[in-house]
Amino acid sequence: MSNPIRVLVAKPGLDGHDRGAKVIARAFRDAGMEVIYTGLRQTPEQIVETAIQEDVDLIGLSILSGAHNHLFPRIMELLKEKEALDIKVIGGGVIPDEDIPFLKEQGILEIFTPGTSTVDCIEFVRQHVQK
Amino acid sequence: MKNDREEIRQSVEKWEKGVVAKTISRFPERKTPFLSTSGYEVKRVYSPLDIENLDYNQDLNVPGEYPFTRGVQPTMYRGRFWTMRQYAGFASAEESNERYKYLLQQGQTGLSVAFDLPTQIGYDSDHPLSQGEVGKVGVAIDSLADMEILFDGIPLDKVSTSMTINAPAAVLLAMYIAVAEKQGVSADKLNGTIQNDILKEYIARGTYIFPPKPSMRLITNIFEYCSKEVPEWNTISISGYHIREAGSTAAQEIAFTLADGIAYVEAAIKAGLNVDDFAPRLSFFFNAHNDLFEEVAKFRAARRLWAKIMKDRFHATNPKSMMLRFHTQTAGSMLTAQQPDNNIIRVTLQALAAVMGGTQSLHTNSRDEALALPTEDAVRIALRTQQIIAYESGAGDTIDPLAGSYFVESITNTLEQSAEQYLKKIDDIGGAVIAIEQGFIQQEIQNSAYTWQQEIEKGERIVIGVNKFTMKEPSPKGLLRVDPKVGVLQVQKIHDLKAKRNQQDVLVALSALKAAAETDANLMPLILNAVKTYATLGEICGVLREVFGEYQASVTI
Repeated sequence: MSNPIRVLVAKPGLDGHDRGAKVIARAFRDAGMEVIYTGLRQTPEQIVETAIQEDVDLIGLSILSGAHNHLFPRIMELLKEKEALDIKVIGGGVIPDEDIPFLKEQGILEIFTPGTSTVDCIEFVRQHVQK
Repeated sequence: MKNDREEIRQSVEKWEKGVVAKTISRFPERKTPFLSTSGYEVKRVYSPLDIENLDYNQDLNVPGEYPFTRGVQPTMYRGRFWTMRQYAGFASAEESNERYKYLLQQGQTGLSVAFDLPTQIGYDSDHPLSQGEVGKVGVAIDSLADMEILFDGIPLDKVSTSMTINAPAAVLLAMYIAVAEKQGVSADKLNGTIQNDILKEYIARGTYIFPPKPSMRLITNIFEYCSKEVPEWNTISISGYHIREAGSTAAQEIAFTLADGIAYVEAAIKAGLNVDDFAPRLSFFFNAHNDLFEEVAKFRAARRLWAKIMKDRFHATNPKSMMLRFHTQTAGSMLTAQQPDNNIIRVTLQALAAVMGGTQSLHTNSRDEALALPTEDAVRIALRTQQIIAYESGAGDTIDPLAGSYFVESITNTLEQSAEQYLKKIDDIGGAVIAIEQGFIQQEIQNSAYTWQQEIEKGERIVIGVNKFTMKEPSPKGLLRVDPKVGVLQVQKIHDLKAKRNQQDVLVALSALKAAAETDANLMPLILNAVKTYATLGEICGVLREVFGEYQASVTI
């Protein structure tokens, strides 16, 4: 049997809305993945450091505060600096459609907006993480 | 009631076994069982049998009298409608001031200030952690100078202002008092509310700074100070709103909110305050969710349960100490990003529940809030929704219109009992603070949230536009965007302020505050003093961080 997919669910910035982060973390876990949840108020540096230390395959970023255009690119920059771009990154939360192309250009693989089914997220992760 | 119980029982039974059974055998019902939003079985029909133990005088009584099930005022909306209070604030103090003036012009009757996250967590706009967050979810306030702009041209003796601020509530209240003073308005003329509810920040909302003990001390300091200096101020808004938004059920919303309330009352009594000196200024904040009747029942059950708690557990004697007065906001988590115009209808139903449940003030969400902060147009429709309920529907013309409904009285009882069981559990754990530290409350809410999501994905719970009646739609246009320049401007403002103010005064005020924080002194006068020297929010909270330390949340999934 192959190793399970390892996922870091992270809350960047000062946003305290973690209902979505916790639901998706649990859904990933119930789907057989190994899940680490950072808790609130993580800086991009802390997130990248945890991701590398925990040797995760993927980071799921959850943000509802509107600070995504600042924080997501910073995380991608740091992953590049640490030569850890093999770690895939997806995002979710209240993110306007018109911001999505910019975030994808920064290297975020996909952005999941409100109303997304956890089944779709799980499917996406399985397709994009080869174990 | 003319019929006796036995007669009713017989006729209901005959109906169920006869015509109902026959009909179902040919045309099955849509589902089995029918459940309320919170998971209680909803019966086919309710009758006097479901409320046979109801004692009118003891359980309901007239409006304005114990246990206040029917409302806290004797005339309710026949005297004056609820306060229509739209939560607003974004970008700079200048822009938010414009939005407030617009809302007042449109007939809004109270202000409600949304602060940005750095302000809520006690960081100035130039703090490294503030980058990208300044002005995003609310207005950025760094010092008294910003607060003066925020309320420029708004007479503070004429409006009531609610401020959604928790960990640094003492600082923002002090700024408000200082602005009023500059307008020539004394503190005893001020009307409004600070949220000041730290326990639900640990549970569900996340903008905590200090650990529970010093946080509870700041809160009781405010209770004490306001009882003497700002007597009309609501010193706390004990909030179930965010607990519900995090995914709780209606019964959990009542239970966890009142458990927090109990913890605050206990802390204040322990600090030497007399219950009737501060309890009349406690206020509450609830969610208006989708299930119309369950929500009305929730508000009624919460009022009755709180009245009993204050009377029996805390021996309050002033009826005002027993009244659960509350603000309501419609459920943000029930808004959909899909087909956003549908949200107008959801909000209408939720708002109607709040009105039929006897709310004191109401915020109606805007249709575009699953996508971004609301535009001015969207906010106007949300405000008009309240005005239509008030002036056109007749819902406010008689008090507690659903009282006596077998169904509503029955679920009012069910919710109250269910909440009482939770309260008992929390008492056994050792109270709300310990239950939070152990993660019990958070875990209960997470379980409910996860169940909810699974029900949607299995199609057991229908959300129009999300898992039924879906359609392809173009990306929404015309959303409100906060100009990223606001962060730069705010940083510039701080630098200008620091160059201009009397640095010596600031240092003296901050060191006096620090010294007092290390004793048991009431910190409100010292915070007010510091604010007046134009010490920044970040400097004041920084001093308190040094003395109190910071809260480390327990992480659970």
